[in-house]
Amino acid sequence: MAEPLLTVEDLRVQFRTDHGVVKAADGVSFSVFPDEVLGIVGESGSGKTVTALSVLRLLPPTARVTGRVTFGGRDMLALPAAELRAIRGDRVGLIFQDALAALNPLHRVGKQIAEAVRVHHHGTSRDDAWKRAVELLGLVGIPTPEERARQYPHEFSGGMRQRAMIAMAIANDPDVLIADEPTTALDVTTQAQILELLKDVRRRTRSALILITHDFGVIAGVADRVLVMYAGKVVESGTVDEVLLRPAHPYTRGLIASMPRVAQETRHLVRIAGQPPSLVDVPAGCPFHPRCPHARTPDPCAGAVPQLLPTPGGGHAVACHLSDELADPLAELGTA
Amino acid sequence: MTPLLAVEDLVKHFPAGGGLFGRHARQVHAVCGVSFEVGRGETLGIVGESGCGKSTTARLVLGLMPATSGTARFDDVDVLTAKPKALRALRRRLQMVAQDPYASLDPQMTVGASIAEPLRIHGLYRKGGKDRVRELMTLVELDPDHVTRYPHQFSGGQRQRVGIARALALQPELLVLDEPISSLDVSIQAGVINLLADLQERLGVAYVFIAHDLSVIRLISHKVVVMYLGKVVESGLRDDVFDRPSHPYTQALLSAMPSANPVAERARARILLPGDVPSPLDPPSGCRFRTRCWKAQDVCAVEEPALVDRGQGHPVACHFAEAAPQVSGLADPARQDAPDLPNAAGLPFAP
Repeated sequence: MAEPLLTVEDLRVQFRTDHGVVKAADGVSFSVFPDEVLGIVGESGSGKTVTALSVLRLLPPTARVTGRVTFGGRDMLALPAAELRAIRGDRVGLIFQDALAALNPLHRVGKQIAEAVRVHHHGTSRDDAWKRAVELLGLVGIPTPEERARQYPHEFSGGMRQRAMIAMAIANDPDVLIADEPTTALDVTTQAQILELLKDVRRRTRSALILITHDFGVIAGVADRVLVMYAGKVVESGTVDEVLLRPAHPYTRGLIASMPRVAQETRHLVRIAGQPPSLVDVPAGCPFHPRCPHARTPDPCAGAVPQLLPTPGGGHAVACHLSDELADPLAELGTA
Repeated sequence: MTPLLAVEDLVKHFPAGGGLFGRHARQVHAVCGVSFEVGRGETLGIVGESGCGKSTTARLVLGLMPATSGTARFDDVDVLTAKPKALRALRRRLQMVAQDPYASLDPQMTVGASIAEPLRIHGLYRKGGKDRVRELMTLVELDPDHVTRYPHQFSGGQRQRVGIARALALQPELLVLDEPISSLDVSIQAGVINLLADLQERLGVAYVFIAHDLSVIRLISHKVVVMYLGKVVESGLRDDVFDRPSHPYTQALLSAMPSANPVAERARARILLPGDVPSPLDPPSGCRFRTRCWKAQDVCAVEEPALVDRGQGHPVACHFAEAAPQVSGLADPARQDAPDLPNAAGLPFAP
């Protein structure tokens, strides 16, 4: 495999609050390779967004970030502000969930995209940047882009705003795109359009994509590899087929099993007991053990924090003390 | 048997401003001739995307806003024309659960007081109200000793249970649930769905369940209504609609639903609809879906398709209705063998 484009090692993000120290990300490590889609799945508070934002140092100053984030041979966490700005929006493009909040309501959409081009290419004339903006809007499937470029964000529908934001993110042909829940606020049919667009855009630009979502359905169709996060930690990682068809961590299994299925005989769903822990007071040992149907306490599950270790089959790593004994009966579950 | 709720030709237009003194005011055509029936103890699922009129329909049925025209008969009393006193009596039998458990509970009231409020309003608290509140908390699987806690001390899923307990306080016959789980985390949703299914079995309460998530609608509904831009495009028994979706829009909705099976996802041909939902200020002539429909012909712009059975066994509002099985990610045989959590289903809900 090629050299990784982006490497995150032992990333820790903490926030000091009145209630204690929130450990939003706690020892997260992963790599992103050129031209791949890495999905990061987790529920609210799992640390998926914090992890992605810290890559670009976009967290508020109250965040205490440690670890190493290497991009293009440079440590992003130690980079001077000017160099960081040169990377943001140029080598790394960002797509947020809420396009209405991410776009400036006072400027024409075309101008905002043109601006994104000119910030990083000072020699570009206003005319050329505008032309490029129109071209980008066309590329992301906005009809009559010349007219649309002159409109304001409120004149766009939700799906079109998301398209405009994608246009802005790819304006400078980035190496990596980070998309944080890009389809969550959208309707089902619009979500399908945007996912298709993301795949298409990636085929054209050959950029890598970090796709953050709570929805395994979104991951299944788009990602090559996937990280599952829980309480600030990566609990499982591997190729999308391995993780989704042969999930090894009880949390991943629970999440997948709790999705409604077609052969559902009853009206009842399998569910995970309890609720996600407070990040101020994460359970000792495996953070999932209070909710885990297999947990043995106090040892090993409430003892040491389980390390993310490769499974014997390969293509897959899991942070579970009981992964060996849980592996057998559930192997090869998803007959595909 | 007469249905519990019979909605007929329900219409709601909102004035959208414009024109001096509203003389030439434009109208938002939010709900345009919606009809359906809900039987005792059964669940009607209403599915559709934002702006299709499903929430407006819910509010009309609850008597929370006046309708432009139409009827909504609840046990032979028209909710829409009922006098305030009659409506108040109806409210005991017709309750709602809101989408957002954060916004729908008063942060300054204990959850016990919130659950007791409907009992007090209807003068039922003095006699055994306290016990009733504890009983309701137990019913929704909350610890009855937590009656004195405030909403912020509960998680989202627990707050939604409080909302359900409050809605059940007066032993209603019908519960209108507007997106009751869409603001909850995935691992919490299943518990609330299970609870709703249990409560229906035990109490015989009917549900109008509104959601944009087809997999949840499929799980909980007996009958399904699919809405697009203020109109019902397809309706019928759950399996009829899901196994033989016959309106192009229903087919597109089902095909757009992602499944968690990567192999199936890669193999799947998705129906991608072009463009956006048109504005309800100026809906297309004829069939409202025609501007995004791959089957549209000239007739679709001229003649509005009626919602009738066109040979598919259930009503479809499309001139070119044609049953198309297997468009949905749900109807994916590979998913049947997905892993099950051996013990999790039997575990008690840990607060």
